[in-house]
Amino acid sequence: MSQPKTLFEKIWDDHVVYEEPGAPAILYIDLHLIHEVTSPQAFQGLREKGLRVRRPGQTLATMDHSIPTVGRDFSLMDAMAVKQVQTLEANCREFGIPLFNMFDDRQGIVHVIGPELGLTQPGMTIVCGDSHTSTHGAFGALAFGIGTSEVEHVLATQTILQRKPKTFEVRFEGTLPEGVTAKDMILALIATIGVGGGVGHVFEYTGEAVRRLNMEERLTLCNMSIEGGARAGLIAPDDTTFEYLADKPFAPKGKAWEEALERWRRLPTDPGATYDKSVTIDVSRLEPVITWGINPGMAIPITGRIPDPDKEPDPRKRRAMQRALEYMNFRPGQQLLGHPIDVVFIGSCTNARITDLRQAAQIFKGRKVAPGVRVLIVPGSQQVKRQAEAEGLDRIFKEAGAEWREPGCSMCIAMNGDRLEPGQYCVSTSNRNFEGRQGPGGRTILASPLTAAAAAVTGKITDPRTLIG
Amino acid sequence: MEPFVTLTSKLVPLPNENVDTDQIIPAQYLKVTDKVGLGKYLFAGWRYLPDGSPNPDFVLNRPEMQGRKVLLAGNNFGSGSSREHAVWALQGWGFRAVISTRFADIFYNNALKNGLLPVVVDEETHQRLFRWVDADPNVEITIDLPNQKLCLPDGTEVTFPIDSFSKHCLLKGLDQLGYLLEHLPRVEAYETSHPPRVDTTVLLTQVPPSPAPRS
Ligand code: SF4
Repeated sequence: MSQPKTLFEKIWDDHVVYEEPGAPAILYIDLHLIHEVTSPQAFQGLREKGLRVRRPGQTLATMDHSIPTVGRDFSLMDAMAVKQVQTLEANCREFGIPLFNMFDDRQGIVHVIGPELGLTQPGMTIVCGDSHTSTHGAFGALAFGIGTSEVEHVLATQTILQRKPKTFEVRFEGTLPEGVTAKDMILALIATIGVGGGVGHVFEYTGEAVRRLNMEERLTLCNMSIEGGARAGLIAPDDTTFEYLADKPFAPKGKAWEEALERWRRLPTDPGATYDKSVTIDVSRLEPVITWGINPGMAIPITGRIPDPDKEPDPRKRRAMQRALEYMNFRPGQQLLGHPIDVVFIGSCTNARITDLRQAAQIFKGRKVAPGVRVLIVPGSQQVKRQAEAEGLDRIFKEAGAEWREPGCSMCIAMNGDRLEPGQYCVSTSNRNFEGRQGPGGRTILASPLTAAAAAVTGKITDPRTLIG
Repeated sequence: MEPFVTLTSKLVPLPNENVDTDQIIPAQYLKVTDKVGLGKYLFAGWRYLPDGSPNPDFVLNRPEMQGRKVLLAGNNFGSGSSREHAVWALQGWGFRAVISTRFADIFYNNALKNGLLPVVVDEETHQRLFRWVDADPNVEITIDLPNQKLCLPDGTEVTFPIDSFSKHCLLKGLDQLGYLLEHLPRVEAYETSHPPRVDTTVLLTQVPPSPAPRS
């Protein structure tokens, strides 16, 4: 028998077109996703060099980052945003690439629409000029974010130059307690290994707790791999994956489906294969997790206390903690439970799928948004929006006093006018609590949809387990 | 791309750890459709006061820092978003190299593709460099790419890693796309034995264009 391989190694080996000694590998890309922010300079590069898009049929564009979510009208956008989306539209027309523009009923956040269309499939290589491309790894696809130069490379050649990353097994054991979610699992991981812990590596999430997650929860887990420093995060495909995919528009049909299944079942890591690094986390002891600082690794259990920088031996880490406390206006040793908040954002490619909205609705149902709190609920795609409305979730949100929006990135990145005022506290289901990420001077506390909804109805940081069941 | 061979410069120290690309260039400046002119947005959140005037306490605003070409950054530089705008903003300000102990993967790749040299040094050298700059803000270092050496203010040298392919491209000022295009026949051969997994062009006929904006 040949050398046992990991899931990552199987996909990698299957996509290396050529590798010259001393040079990075030329890696073939099966699917290239595009959005308005990181693509204009790449198309410009093609034009300057007189190049065409090699495989328009392996490419799909959407608009998500800079578009308004209060409604769909150019009058709601500033001139630069209008120019940016029009540039994407013109580029897609010129180069023959399908595009879901902001008026299309299939539009959505790039990492939400790939999976829901069935474009994201096991064993593929998928790239996008966006670091959260790691999301698609939930299907056992090797998916990672690239820069704009690389977007140009993929458009022109359907390949990129890549050095082979190392592998990192993240094993989640045990059973998730009630009220604790995939979001809490990934925040706990990043708090454990730090935001640089996965640099140079690709995560593979394993263990019984991962196997029990549904596809949408797996997408949440893989989404934040990049926040732990890993470019990609993978989960071996299994029956949960295949069931989810079976009826999606782009999933293979008939005989092709049977053949694909046979290929996909060979993907999981072979017994005896080894990883370069590994970590194990027992989820049965997890609580809901929230962040207190200015990177996703600065996280604590919801009933916990903010660590004291004076107890941190490394002077640079100490400085970083002090800076975070100052920015967030928190104190060492402080418990965040009960801390008042101003805004709640439920959305983003991390937590804006139907499962996330159902969880949030469970808390909103029969309750009201606390006085003075602003709540934005932004579905991840038009399809999620339709589904939520069919289930009546929008009514629950609106009756509670939350804003129900059109799909887009919205306050995850605050490019479109949805943003915090300086000094405001926001409990957010997005993935980055960097300084100013949700608006200059805004203070972000990352959390699960359950924890965010609990904050919305109480006006303060609240353990969601006290409101469910 | 401008070739990179050797560079002697004073340093701009920015000891903050885990500086992410949202800090290097905040998202509100990403609505541009070209690469030039981003230097003025570099570290905008720290560099300007809420009223838009320069923050006199921020390092880039100190008069003696103007014209320096090397950023001495804290640990783990460039994490977060994949935005290449971060590299374009650093270059727009005038930086040609960044020194840190560790770079986020996507930032590192983006930098190399644009001729911005990421220099990885060990913890001890990193801390010594900060001490030198603290003691004398005008110390100079030299980056010698052919020999992969960083010449420190006391005349000693340390080596830094870079893969031979990227080094070659930097020394010659070569665009990596040229390399990929040369190998297109291999891509064609690959595609013959690996048919496409999906065909999105079926969507083309179903997609209506946006209505014209009202102006
Ligand atoms: S939702 Fe946020 S993280 Fe996701 S693609 Fe949009 S901006 Fe990026």
